Amino acid sequence: MTREIAVVAFAQTDHQRTSDDRSEVEMLMPVLHEVLDRTGLKTADIGFTCSGSSDYLAGRAFSFTLALDGVGAWPPISESHVEMDGAWALYEAWTKLLTGDADTALVYAYGKSSPGSLRDVLTRQLDPYYVAPLWPDSIALAALQAQALIDAGETDEPELATIAARSRATDNPHAQLRGPVPQGDYRVRPLRTGDCPPIGDGAAAVILAAGDRARDLCARPAWIRGIDHRIEAHSLGVRDLTDSPSTRLAAEKAGAFERPVDTAELHAPFTAQEVVLRKALRLDDSVRVNPSGGALAANPVMAAGLIRIGEAADRIHLGESDRALGHATSGPCLQQNLVAVLEGDPR
Amino acid sequence: MPEVLKAPLVVEFPFTRSLGPVQSAFLTGLRERVVLGVRTTDDRTLVPPVEYDPVTAEELRDLVEVAPTGTVTTWAWNHEPRRGQPLDTPFAWVLVRLDGADTALLHALDAPGPDAVHTGLRVRVRWAQERTGAITDIACFEPYDGDPAQPGGHSGRFEDMVTGIVAPARLDYTYSPGRAQSAYINALADRRNVGERCPSCRKVYVPPRGACPTCGVATSEQVEVGPHGTVTTFCIVNIKAKNLDIEVPYVYGHIALDGAGLALHGRIAGIPYDQVRMGLRVEPVWTEGARFPDHYRPTGEPDADYDTYRELL
Ligand SMILES: [Zn+2]
Repeated sequence: MTREIAVVAFAQTDHQRTSDDRSEVEMLMPVLHEVLDRTGLKTADIGFTCSGSSDYLAGRAFSFTLALDGVGAWPPISESHVEMDGAWALYEAWTKLLTGDADTALVYAYGKSSPGSLRDVLTRQLDPYYVAPLWPDSIALAALQAQALIDAGETDEPELATIAARSRATDNPHAQLRGPVPQGDYRVRPLRTGDCPPIGDGAAAVILAAGDRARDLCARPAWIRGIDHRIEAHSLGVRDLTDSPSTRLAAEKAGAFERPVDTAELHAPFTAQEVVLRKALRLDDSVRVNPSGGALAANPVMAAGLIRIGEAADRIHLGESDRALGHATSGPCLQQNLVAVLEGDPR
Repeated sequence: MPEVLKAPLVVEFPFTRSLGPVQSAFLTGLRERVVLGVRTTDDRTLVPPVEYDPVTAEELRDLVEVAPTGTVTTWAWNHEPRRGQPLDTPFAWVLVRLDGADTALLHALDAPGPDAVHTGLRVRVRWAQERTGAITDIACFEPYDGDPAQPGGHSGRFEDMVTGIVAPARLDYTYSPGRAQSAYINALADRRNVGERCPSCRKVYVPPRGACPTCGVATSEQVEVGPHGTVTTFCIVNIKAKNLDIEVPYVYGHIALDGAGLALHGRIAGIPYDQVRMGLRVEPVWTEGARFPDHYRPTGEPDADYDTYRELL
């Protein structure tokens, strides 16, 4: 019998264009305190801690070790880090809890994009032989994908503008962009300013707990019914950019297609990527997509994927959803995709 | 709150990478104006070539030449080229499927404007004047309305194969140290050492980082420490670091400033290197215009009792 594991608490910062008055740990610490307060747990009660962040955002090697000061890592704790979005840290924590080695886990992620030029920084994650020497920035690569979708007749610029407007029509108080935002000029055609995520700083944290421990800590735990992540060929020219077979496979393995979901939090930093993900995940108009505003409303790099799972879980905690899907992506043009299926107890 | 400190931070590194047999052949080929792909067992030709089949993970070694002409499979108009990109005038990013290939290569297309570009556009390689065995040996693509070029049937074996590339990278940041470290650095400008006390365990951190790693809470109360301190441990450095204007051997030590809850690092001088010892009492020596102490020197006080610093080792 595998263990039941749930997201029992979620917290995030207000995401902002810059946070230059705070170091990473100063930005992160209030979020850690908030998520612990939600459960009444103290650092010493946490069985496993796992984080996601990137040295390339900070411009410093081993930058995550400084953030550990905010966790209370002395006396020594059981800790791990992924140089990726925190959604993948959550995956690692989930497997740790499945083994029975721990009953609770703290997962956090943070990203300060403001010190560097994010479009250039993200080029360093590309194939270093054939692609990175050309410095194709993140918007350029997303624009190639958008044009491929337009050429395939799967979307057009007015539909992309509708996705942008709907995403930012959120009442999410943490969002960096809310309300009407002009579509603006082309950044890299066919993508306009409105099709692109805001660049900003932020952090998020969740607490996972197993079995009865989850019921003790949360009135309505968001049970992780399945979680899976898949990756596609790194060469963009090998892939069909209008589709996301890795998302579809991860969703299938996570059990997403066994029963319909009522809510989906999709990590689609660019409008056109929502079109791809909706198709891969077979989401029709009956599903509420990104009530939080998604990455188009706030995109703290390395935390935005974890936030999707946290937002999906919170809908269940609040009784607004019974079965929700959380999705995270990493890499250019939806290269890597993670899907989590969350459920509340029957009411 | 004083003004937020900021400083430029440049991270620059020339990554030296070795190439496997397939990448070596491809990049050597570009140097010789030959474009190579790799054939899969189901008879697809991948350009650029990879060493393992992305579908089956089978090892791939069967190199085949493809044409320097091809077709745009998708594109994006880049009206504001950025540093490092192939062209410094507006251009289109393109994925190009070369004639004879089944997959597409990412590069730049030199075109007068977005109206001159569409998916399906025929293009050809424009070679760089100077070629070294790198993806940038293709300067860019350009529109082309002629017949497909006929590839030469090259085997992929060249004399003088390229075996590595140097991939220079430079990223520019504006670093802000945050509240706690800004306060520390600002105090140093007045030649004062300011730490922060943890509200929970009362330990004083210097330099402060804004959090107590034991308690996981924000440190907030500022505490001036030093200027005198005690050497808690040290080492003798015998190898001269590049660009360091200090004669070896010299002593690098941990110094617990009076009132601090942990030791910081510093060079110890003003005393023969072989006379530095645990418990030695020291004080900072400032040089004109410096933002931090140049080194620490003995104060002449009697050595500190071991019990007064044993917790700070
Ligand atoms: Zn403390």
